[in-house]
Amino acid sequence: MIPFDFEYYKPSSISEAVELHRQLDEAGKKPVYYSGGTEIITLSRLNLFYTEAVIDIKGIPECCLCEKEGTRLHLGAGLPLAEIERADYFPLLTVTSKDIADNTARMKITLGGNVCSELIYREAILPFLLSDSQVVTAGASGEVSRPVNEFFNKEIVLEKGEFLVRFITEERFLRAPYFHTKRRKQWNTGYPLITVAALQEEGKTRTAYSGLSPFPFRSRIMEESLNRDNTPLRRKAEQAVNNIPHEIISDSEGSAEYRKFVLKNVLMDVMTRMGRRGPE
Amino acid sequence: MTGRAAHFHINGEEYNIYIRNADTLLYVIRGKTGFTGAKPGCLNGDCGACTVIVNGWPVKSCLMLAVEAEGEEIITAEGLHGSEIQKAFVKYFAFQCGYCTPGYIMNCQTLITQYPEADRNKIKEWLDSNICRCTSYEEIEQALYSVLRQHR
Amino acid sequence: MLSKFAHAEIDSISTDRAMKIPGVRGVLTGEGLPLTGEEMKDRPPVAWGKVRYHGEVTAVVIADDPVTAAKAANLVEINYKPLPVVQTPSEAVKENAPLVHENTGIYEKDEGVNPIPGTNIASHTKIRKGSIQRGREESEVTIEESFFIPPSDHAAMETRSAAAEVKPDGKVIITTSSQAPFMVKKLMNSYFGIELGKVVVHTPLVGGGYGGKASVQQEILAYLASMKAGGRPVKIVYPREADLITAPCHMGMEATIKLWATRDGKLKAAEIQYLVEAGAYSDKAIHLTRAAAIDCTGPYFIENVWCDSYCVYTNHPYPAPYRGFSHSEVHFCFERAMDILAGKLNMDPLELRFRNAIRPGQTTPTQYKVNRSTVGDLPECIRRLKKLIRWEEGAVVRINERQLKVKGISCLWKNSTIPPDSTSGAIITFNEDGTANLISGVVEIGTGTKTVLAQIVAETLKMDINNIFVRMEIDTQTTPEHWKTVASRGTLMGGRAAMAAAEDAARQLKAIASCVLRARIEDLDIADSRVFIREEPDKGLHFKDIAYGYTFPNGNSIGGQIIGRGNYILRNLTHIDKETGKGKPGPEWAVGAQGVEIQFDCRDYTYKLIRAISVLDAGKVLNWKAARGQVTGAMSMGLAFAGREAFIFDKEGRIMNPQLRTYRPLHFSEKTEYIVDFVETPHVDAPFGARGLGEQGLISLPAALGNAISAAIELQVTSLPLTPETIWRMKEAER
Repeated sequence: MIPFDFEYYKPSSISEAVELHRQLDEAGKKPVYYSGGTEIITLSRLNLFYTEAVIDIKGIPECCLCEKEGTRLHLGAGLPLAEIERADYFPLLTVTSKDIADNTARMKITLGGNVCSELIYREAILPFLLSDSQVVTAGASGEVSRPVNEFFNKEIVLEKGEFLVRFITEERFLRAPYFHTKRRKQWNTGYPLITVAALQEEGKTRTAYSGLSPFPFRSRIMEESLNRDNTPLRRKAEQAVNNIPHEIISDSEGSAEYRKFVLKNVLMDVMTRMGRRGPE
Repeated sequence: MTGRAAHFHINGEEYNIYIRNADTLLYVIRGKTGFTGAKPGCLNGDCGACTVIVNGWPVKSCLMLAVEAEGEEIITAEGLHGSEIQKAFVKYFAFQCGYCTPGYIMNCQTLITQYPEADRNKIKEWLDSNICRCTSYEEIEQALYSVLRQHR
Repeated sequence: MLSKFAHAEIDSISTDRAMKIPGVRGVLTGEGLPLTGEEMKDRPPVAWGKVRYHGEVTAVVIADDPVTAAKAANLVEINYKPLPVVQTPSEAVKENAPLVHENTGIYEKDEGVNPIPGTNIASHTKIRKGSIQRGREESEVTIEESFFIPPSDHAAMETRSAAAEVKPDGKVIITTSSQAPFMVKKLMNSYFGIELGKVVVHTPLVGGGYGGKASVQQEILAYLASMKAGGRPVKIVYPREADLITAPCHMGMEATIKLWATRDGKLKAAEIQYLVEAGAYSDKAIHLTRAAAIDCTGPYFIENVWCDSYCVYTNHPYPAPYRGFSHSEVHFCFERAMDILAGKLNMDPLELRFRNAIRPGQTTPTQYKVNRSTVGDLPECIRRLKKLIRWEEGAVVRINERQLKVKGISCLWKNSTIPPDSTSGAIITFNEDGTANLISGVVEIGTGTKTVLAQIVAETLKMDINNIFVRMEIDTQTTPEHWKTVASRGTLMGGRAAMAAAEDAARQLKAIASCVLRARIEDLDIADSRVFIREEPDKGLHFKDIAYGYTFPNGNSIGGQIIGRGNYILRNLTHIDKETGKGKPGPEWAVGAQGVEIQFDCRDYTYKLIRAISVLDAGKVLNWKAARGQVTGAMSMGLAFAGREAFIFDKEGRIMNPQLRTYRPLHFSEKTEYIVDFVETPHVDAPFGARGLGEQGLISLPAALGNAISAAIELQVTSLPLTPETIWRMKEAER
C-alpha cells in the first residue's frame, strides 16, 4: 500500500489540468500528471516516488483521442495500450505494444505513461521515433506541437506543468513495411534485453532500440551502416553494432558485451525480414 | 482532501466506502467489502492474482486506485460463482494450491466474453498475464478451451 | 524494516520518531530476544548487533493499520557500519574469510550438528563407505568436476503471513500460512518456554509452499510483536519483496565430484564435497546438508563412497527446504558428472546409468541394504524413459543449419530424512446420517493429499467418498499431529494414520452391529455404508442407525458417536553415524528417470523446451490426475529453476531481482509438453504401496537440461541457471 496521502483530481479539459497543476505546485504539493498510474502506484509503494497531488488526465478528451483524421492518426496519451492494440491503426505500434508488460497490465498502462516512464525501456516511443511523428503537449503557454525528436531525446523534454497530450502520425508510416523483435534474458517473459523496431521509408530501413542503452533511441549512424548497399548482411550488422552512439548497459538482464552479441544477430534478422539482406 | 466516501458497484451491489485516494482497488475490495477473491500476490502488477473485471475487461486491482474505479462495474471472483469457467476449472483439475485461481478465472471469463473465437496466440497472450506457481497451465488451458468450445 | 546491507554492524537504532505517530503501538527491535534456529540457535528473530543478509528484519513497527505502520517505519532510523561480505560457500571456507558468525562454536545445538569453531562452517556430515583407495586401484577411468548453483526462491503465489495474539491467561493463538503448524507449536515452547498446551496454531488452506513454508520465521515475529503490543492481535503479511528476500529461500550449493570407474562403466568410487549455502543462518540448512550427504551419489550403487557435506554461512538469505530437499542440487552436480564420465568412457550415458542403477540387495551411501520395497525399480524407469524419449534417434539431431534437436537424460532418487520419531495422526468422527468427518494434521498446500486421505478412508470403510467430509483447516489443539507437511510423506504417514482410524471405526461399527444383529463380529462385513452379515448381506444395518449408537425399539441404547482414531510412526529409522554416516535415515527411496528435449539455436545460443519426460516409480498411483499434476508442476519448477531462476547479487551482496517481474517463474506460454509415466513397485509399508511423488518430478530435470545443453554445445555445463548468456560466455571462453 502507498505509505503517504495525496489529493486526486480528474480535470475534464486541458486548461483546467494546467491550471490545477499551477495551483497545486504553488501550494507545494509536488503535483504529478497521472495517466495509467501503474508506475506511480508501484514506485510509491516502495517509497521510490512521492507526491501530494495527482492530476488524472484520462478525463481530458484530447488525451483519449484514437482516430484517423484525413491522413493523420491521433493517439492520446491517456489511451490504454490495449485499446491502441484493439484499434490497430499503426501495426508497428500494435506489435511493439503487445510485447510491453502483459495483456492485463496493458489494459491499465497508457501510451503517455509508458513514454514518460522513469524506467529505461519506454518501448512505446519506438514507432513514433521511426515515423517522424508530431507530439502535442500542453502547458502554461497552451497546446504546442513539435517533432518527436524535439520532445524525446534521451530524456523527455517537458516544461514544469507541461504534459503529453497526443501523438500525430502521418498515414504513409502506418502502411510502411515494419518489423519488431524483443529479446529477453530467457524465454518469453521479462524486461527486454534488447527491443528493436524497424520501419521502411523511401527504400531505407529505420531502426530504433530499447534496452540497449539507458534510454530508447533511433540512430541515423546505425541506419547508415544497415542501409549500405553492396555490403554483406553480417558486415552491415557488425558495423551497426560498432556504431552504437550511446553507452550500452550492463545490468541483471545481461552484460553490455552480450547485448552486442545479441544485437548483431537481431539486426541480421531485421534486415532479412525487411528484405534487405544485401549480397551474400 | 486525501480521502472521502466513494460509491462502488461490485458484483451487482452498491457500496459506500470511505477510501484514501492513495488506496488501491485491491486494498479497498479486500479490506472494506469482505470480497477476498482478489488475491494479493505481488502488489506490483506482475502476477495477476488480484485480477478483477472492470467494465468487461480484466484489470490488475493492485495497479488501479480505488478512486479510478468509482462508479464502474466491478466483478470479483465471488461475482462469477457457479459460472461455466469456474466449473470447468474444477472439472479439469485446473488448480493445485488455488491461490492464483480467482485471477485466472477472471482473466479467462473476460477472454471468453470478449473473444469467443480466441486462437492459440490470443490465449497465450492473455494467459501470460498471470502466474500459476504450482503450474497447472495445461489444465487451465483445457478448462478454458472446454468453455470456449461451448461458445463457438 | 529490512536491512539494506548484506553484512553490517548496527551502530544505532532510533525508534523515537516512529513511536510518536498516532496509532503506533510499539516498535520491536532485536534487543534482549533469545536466539532461534531449528537445529542450532544462531539467529536473533530481529537483527541485533549486526545484520547478516540483505532483507534481514531490523525492526517491526506495530500499528493499528498497515498504512500507519508503513508511514512510521519510514521514521525508524538505523545507522550501519558496513562489513566485508561473503558471497559464496567456496569464498566462505577460505582461510581468513570474513566470519558471518563469530560464535559458531558456542551456539546451543542438537545432537548431530557439527560446527567448526572459528570458521564459517555451521555443520559437517560425513559419509565413509568402503575404501576410496581400493576403488581407485580397481578403476581405469576417472573424472573430476566442480559445480555452482546460486540461491533462488520458492515464490509461492501467496506470500507468507502470520498473526498472533497473546491472551490474558497466557494462551498464544497463532494463525499462519505454514506447512508446519505443529513445529510452530513446538518451537514456541523451545524458544520462549510457553507451555505446549497454551500454544494453539491455526492453519487454513495454504497458497503454495514447495518447502518454503516449512520454516518458522514470521510466526516468531508476530508473537513478539503481539507481546510488545500488550497481547493485541498482530498480523504480518510479507509483501512480495520480503517474501523473496527476507523469508527463507532456496539454497545455493557448490560441489566437487570425483568419480572412478572401470573401462566398461562400472562405478568403483566417488569422492564428493558438497558446500551447502546456509546463508546467514543455519536453521534448516544443517538438515539440508545432511540430506545431501545421505543421497550423495544419486541412485547408483557404488562400493566406495566418501562424501563431506558442509553447511556454510554466507551473507545471503538463509534457506528453507525446497521441493526435493537438496536433492535437485545434488542431482544436478552428480548427474552432470555421470554424463561427463560417460563422455570419457565413450559410452551411452543412458547405458552407464542402467549398468550402475541401484538394485535390490545393494547398499546405499549410508550402507543400508535395499530391497524392492525400499528402492523400487530404477532399471524399469530407465527402460521406459529410453522408449518415451526415443533415445535411439540420438542425443543430438541437426534440424537445419542453425537448429539442433537435443535430448538430455538423468536419473533420481530420494529418501526423506525426517526425524525418526515423526508421527502422524487421524480422527474420523461420524455424523448422525452415517456420513463421516476426516481430521488429519496434513496441511492442504495444493498437493491434494487430503483428497487422497479421503480416498483411503472411503476404500477402507467401503463408503462413497462423497459421504466423507474432510476438515481442511488445522488447529493444533484439536487436530492430531502430522509432523510437517513436507518430504512427500503425507500419503505414507497421513495415509497410514487415516487407514488405522478407518479400521478403528469399522471395528466399533461392527461391535454395535454385532449386538443388534446377534452375530459374531468376525461374521460381519462392511460395504455401501452398511454393516451386514457376510453370509446374508440383506441382513444388516445402515451406518446412520449405528453411527451415533443404536436405539432399540424400547428406548434402550448402546454405543455412542463413533470416533475412529489412528496414528503412525515411522518404523526402525536411525540417526546416522557421526563418523561414517551409516544408518537407515528414511523409510524408502523413490526412484525415477527423466529426460528433456530442446530445440537449440547454434547462432543465438537460445533454446526452446520441446518436451520433458518423467518416469517415476510411484509404488501405486492413488489419484491419477492429482499425481500427474504434482509431477508436471514439479517438472515446471525444475525447468524454471534450471533455466532462469536465481537471485542476482550485486558486489555488496544485495539482491537485484526481488520482484516477480525480475525473478520470473515459468509463465503460461513457456510451458512445454509433459509426458508422465509411472512404474508401480509397491512400498510395502505404505497405503496400497504408494510412494511419495510431490518432489520427484523436479529433482533431476535441471541435470537433464544441463546434459542436453552440454551435448548441444560440446562443452560441460557446470552452473545454473542455464541462460543463453551463460552458454554464450562458455562459447566465448572456448575461443
